Amino acid sequence: MKDWNILLVDDEEDFVQTLAERLELRGIECRVALDGEAGLAAMAESQPDVVVLDMFMPGIKGLEVLRLIRERHPKVQVILLTGQGATKDGMDGMKLGAFDYMIKPLSIDDLTSKIGEAVKVARS
Amino acid sequence: MLGDIFTRHFKDLHTSEDSISPERYETLKRKIVGLMAVVTMVPLLLMALINFAEFQATMSREVQNPLRVILGKTRNSIDLFLAERVSTVAFIAQAYSFQDLSSERDLARIFRVMRKEFEGFMDLGLIDSKGHQVSYVGPYDLKGRDYSGQEWFAQVQANGKYVSDVFLGYRNLPHVVICVQHVAESGESWILRATLDTRQFEKIIAAMGLEPGSDAFLVNRKGILQTSSYLYGDVLQPCPLPLPPVSYEASVVSTTDPSGRDIYLSYAYFPNTDFVLMAAKPRLGVLTAWYNLRGDLLVIFLAGVVATFYVVSRFTGLLLIRMREAEERRALAFRQVEHAQKLSSIGRLAAGVAHEINNPLAIINEKAGLMKDLLALQEDYPGKSKFLRQVEAIISAVERCRGITHRMLGFARRMDVKIEALSLNEVITETSSFLQREAESRNVSLSLELDPALSRIESDRGQLQQVILNILNNALAAIPDRGTIAVRTWNQGEEHVGFSIQDNGCGMSEDTLKCIFEPFFTTKRGKGTGLGLSITYGIIKRLGGEVSVQSQEQVGSTFTVLLPVMAPPTAAVEAA
Repeated sequence: MKDWNILLVDDEEDFVQTLAERLELRGIECRVALDGEAGLAAMAESQPDVVVLDMFMPGIKGLEVLRLIRERHPKVQVILLTGQGATKDGMDGMKLGAFDYMIKPLSIDDLTSKIGEAVKVARS
Repeated sequence: MLGDIFTRHFKDLHTSEDSISPERYETLKRKIVGLMAVVTMVPLLLMALINFAEFQATMSREVQNPLRVILGKTRNSIDLFLAERVSTVAFIAQAYSFQDLSSERDLARIFRVMRKEFEGFMDLGLIDSKGHQVSYVGPYDLKGRDYSGQEWFAQVQANGKYVSDVFLGYRNLPHVVICVQHVAESGESWILRATLDTRQFEKIIAAMGLEPGSDAFLVNRKGILQTSSYLYGDVLQPCPLPLPPVSYEASVVSTTDPSGRDIYLSYAYFPNTDFVLMAAKPRLGVLTAWYNLRGDLLVIFLAGVVATFYVVSRFTGLLLIRMREAEERRALAFRQVEHAQKLSSIGRLAAGVAHEINNPLAIINEKAGLMKDLLALQEDYPGKSKFLRQVEAIISAVERCRGITHRMLGFARRMDVKIEALSLNEVITETSSFLQREAESRNVSLSLELDPALSRIESDRGQLQQVILNILNNALAAIPDRGTIAVRTWNQGEEHVGFSIQDNGCGMSEDTLKCIFEPFFTTKRGKGTGLGLSITYGIIKRLGGEVSVQSQEQVGSTFTVLLPVMAPPTAAVEAA
């Protein structure tokens, strides 16, 4: 197991739990939050290296969560997930300081390597 | 009234239909030209007619007045000439006694003085109350003649004086006789008779100074010429012209003489004698100027009519062409907006659907991925490989769905501009497969002759697909069933690749060729937006390429596109 501290925030429980399990199989332990508030609460408890954040959730929207994370935990790197595949949303996230953005459905290998890069940046 | 006509006949102008058919434009043009023609022609025609009538009347007056005046004067001159002669004879009859006048010596003296003072006297004689010639001075020996049986003798007895018609008499010269009766206080009466040479009349008539072709002469009330007329006969012959109605004022009538000439006949009756003075003037000569002018007027009028028609027709034509173009542009713009709205609705719908599908797709993807992970961790057992194959199939199906949703999103937002290294051959094969079904159903042969050594290029797959699809769609629309479409690729030097799409369809005219890349230009009336090829052109330019078309009507068209092997910097910027 790697000692990376990863937080997954997504309202689709089936998706996010399965993703967490798959990452665990690849030696990456993750915490899971099912909306923005829960995510921010989890971060207050223990600051992760990397947050994988869905952009479209009920309650606080992904971009707003991203802004709060950048404000409260400037060192934490955020990888945005978008179901809409809209480049513009990803670009907006990048402008707000996201590490990168990925389009659902994901390729697990791409995500794993992206998380690795983000952890490196977070810990540098 | 005009308002009514306009609203009734030009209601076409007020309709708000998207397009007006050519027939209706023709009708509209006819109506406008007709109305304009009526509005301009009627006043022109009226003016011409009024002018014509006025001018003709004026011309006639101008011609007739001098004729009337000179004829009146001449009549008065002749009248005066006769009156003077009658007075002279009357004076002599009264101033001398019968005895004085009976003496031929005295009579000869009086005659000499008379001839000296008054031209035209030929002889002078005294006749007693019984009609016997008492004395006579003149070229003939008339003394002793008895006139008691003659008509003039009775008339002079009754009226006191008498002026005869012209006659040739014994001397074969035209002359008139003047007789005056004198009744003395004693009751004795006698008649003094003088003969006048009527050449004097001809002198007075000649003094009228009529122009050549005209003629003036005296006739008596029986229609016998009293002076010679070069047009109508010698003296004492019957005048062929009928006598005009009696008028002592000089008058003018238009008439035709026996030889068929149109003449102005001017005439005046003499109040104291039986004479009528007539003057004939041919109308043709007089009115030549008028006929010339009338010809000019007619030419000007006709030229005016032709010019008006030409100008009105040309201007109306131009105006309607402009109107029609404006209508067509409006209709096109309207269709374009409609189309854009449709696209935008479809786009929003597609984006919504894609988003909604992407989330469950992501779940399937992860679940299947986890199954695959778990299977990989387990030791081999019968059926494991089969399970793995199923899972792989699910993952590959998800991948296909992902492609679909991404295309839908791409359609909606034309996003994902992504420059990547790609094989043009692959893109063409893939894109043409979309149309394979339609081609097969129409028995169209869609052949691909792709260069296997074609260089890979840096370009945008989605945009290239749109370009190829647009051109192929146009080719399919242009060819009949069982036509052929050939797609070829080749390396154009080291820096470019080329592809061409050739069809054997209806081809295009030169005019169409000039416009095909213009926005909103379409030959698919009512169906096309006129945007397909303009978007195609825009994309190829953005990708740093060139497009050209060769076409021949009824032979077919070939679209040739050249693309750079390396993407231009601008394409990369737009893609970012």
